[in-house]
Amino acid sequence: MKGNVIKYERDNIDTDVIIPGPYLKIHDYIELSKHAMEGIDPDFHSRVNEGDFIVAGKNFGCGSSREHAPIALSTCGIKAVLAVSFARIFYRNSVDGAFLLPIEIDEKTYKSISNDDKLEINLERNEIVNLSNNAIYSMKPFSEIIGKIISAGGLFKYKK
Amino acid sequence: MNITEKILARASGKNSVAPDDVVFAKVDKVMLHDVSGPGVIKVFDKLNNQGIDTSKLHDPSKVWVAEDHFVPTAEKISAENIVKLSEFTKNYGIKKHFKYGMGQYGICHTLSHEEALVSPGEVYVGGDSHTNTTGALGAFACGLGHTDVAYVLLNGEIWFKVPETFYFKLNGELSEHVMAKDFILKIIGDIGTDGATYNTMQFGGSGIDRMSIESRLTLTNMTTEAGAKNGIIEADEKTIDYLHQRGATNLKQIKSDEDANYSKIFEYEASEIEPTVAKPFSPENITVVRDLSSIELDKAYIGSCTGAKYEDLLAAAKVLKGKQVKIRTEVLPAAISIYKKAMQDGLLQIFIDAGAMVGPPTCGACCGAHMGVLAKDEICISTTNRNFPGRMGHIDSQTYLASPLVAAASAITGKITDPRDLN
Repeated sequence: MKGNVIKYERDNIDTDVIIPGPYLKIHDYIELSKHAMEGIDPDFHSRVNEGDFIVAGKNFGCGSSREHAPIALSTCGIKAVLAVSFARIFYRNSVDGAFLLPIEIDEKTYKSISNDDKLEINLERNEIVNLSNNAIYSMKPFSEIIGKIISAGGLFKYKK
Repeated sequence: MNITEKILARASGKNSVAPDDVVFAKVDKVMLHDVSGPGVIKVFDKLNNQGIDTSKLHDPSKVWVAEDHFVPTAEKISAENIVKLSEFTKNYGIKKHFKYGMGQYGICHTLSHEEALVSPGEVYVGGDSHTNTTGALGAFACGLGHTDVAYVLLNGEIWFKVPETFYFKLNGELSEHVMAKDFILKIIGDIGTDGATYNTMQFGGSGIDRMSIESRLTLTNMTTEAGAKNGIIEADEKTIDYLHQRGATNLKQIKSDEDANYSKIFEYEASEIEPTVAKPFSPENITVVRDLSSIELDKAYIGSCTGAKYEDLLAAAKVLKGKQVKIRTEVLPAAISIYKKAMQDGLLQIFIDAGAMVGPPTCGACCGAHMGVLAKDEICISTTNRNFPGRMGHIDSQTYLASPLVAAASAITGKITDPRDLN
């Protein structure tokens, strides 16, 4: 999986800025995607490309349980969010709904990755290669249940 | 085992569970509202396209539905969502649908306790992050997204990783001008908005024993703001009485074992808690009210599942009685049952006489949706639970989170005010 990085150098990117409250009434995925990250980055929708990754600090996706958040990001083309840590509901919404991969990275990796870097993520090796400078980082492996749900393609396809 | 572990063990058919175990727990109650409901309908549509049968729910009697975020309907799309929600409950045989303008309705988390919809020891999930609120009744109460709620509706169970539990012990009694809101803001300030991520926040001690059920609900409500999976308080006689008065029967009390495990214990002296405010733009950004007495305000908002229960309105009314507000002040009781009691007891009269506006139950401006949202640069003191950028309106508006006592005192002076400093 290869993609370009859109980096936010901040912690606690909450679901209110990922998709602001007034749009909660919208359930059309394409319409929602037009407002992704509008709270802090109104140009996001016009500059994001299919396959891009978001890189951010700790507690990504905190706040409201709105599934609109991973839906809006994935409909824009975001395949993975690489963050130092995640809030729990955003994390499980991303995985159970098979919208995008929430990948935990350490603080040092977060600081090493720059905006516009091109990354390759290798899930089998739990490894991230920075194709822009050939640096190699490790990612925190998924727990067993998360790994299985991701492989199945979401909770509804997962067999207990 | 502690209470959360006991509930999850029972619900997953195991003798015991420990933190990090993954279990599929049978769910006793499920809640949807006018945002998560249409979200679930969308998931059902997707499942149908994949050939997955969504024609029947696992058990419609376990499901209840609230209309709260965009009601009274804000515009065309939210009106259509409310219509969709009614079709959904009709088609699937869901009887407990609290419709606005048709008797009791209100904010979902408020209905959970006002209507005794959840009992101690139950596993309760809802399509809203503040589902944690209901854990104050001694239940495992946890918020989920649309896909997970859809899964519960169709399968009657859902996976959980058994959380570690942080135990917050409160000794003594909060002073007269201090409310549960001040205590939970203090805790969030201490541990941070990710301080309890994936974990349980359990509350106990003599200070909790003395607290009313409504105050306890304020604590568990904002465990969400510390990232917790659930907040929980063991049911006691007070809980049982509270639920009996609201029609519940066959209630049990589940307590943690004497040797239960807690991964961290935090201890607080109630006498040391002061009126506290969370400054923009995070619930962890706290300080004592007196540090902010120069902050001029545009608005006071007394509403939401956090800060518009009967007791919250009573606290605000005590401060506002015979006074005049200096800034725009909005009071929105969290459910019709609370609205009615506030009316019967003269609280609404006090608010209106003071110049405040009394509105209908709604999540409305708390989530920046409608009915009282903030303009650019407006500054609001609010009894709600979040103050992220743009949460209550314009991205450049500001929200200070406070107790109903502090919000009411500030409404009178137009500045952030400690209730002790009112003349």
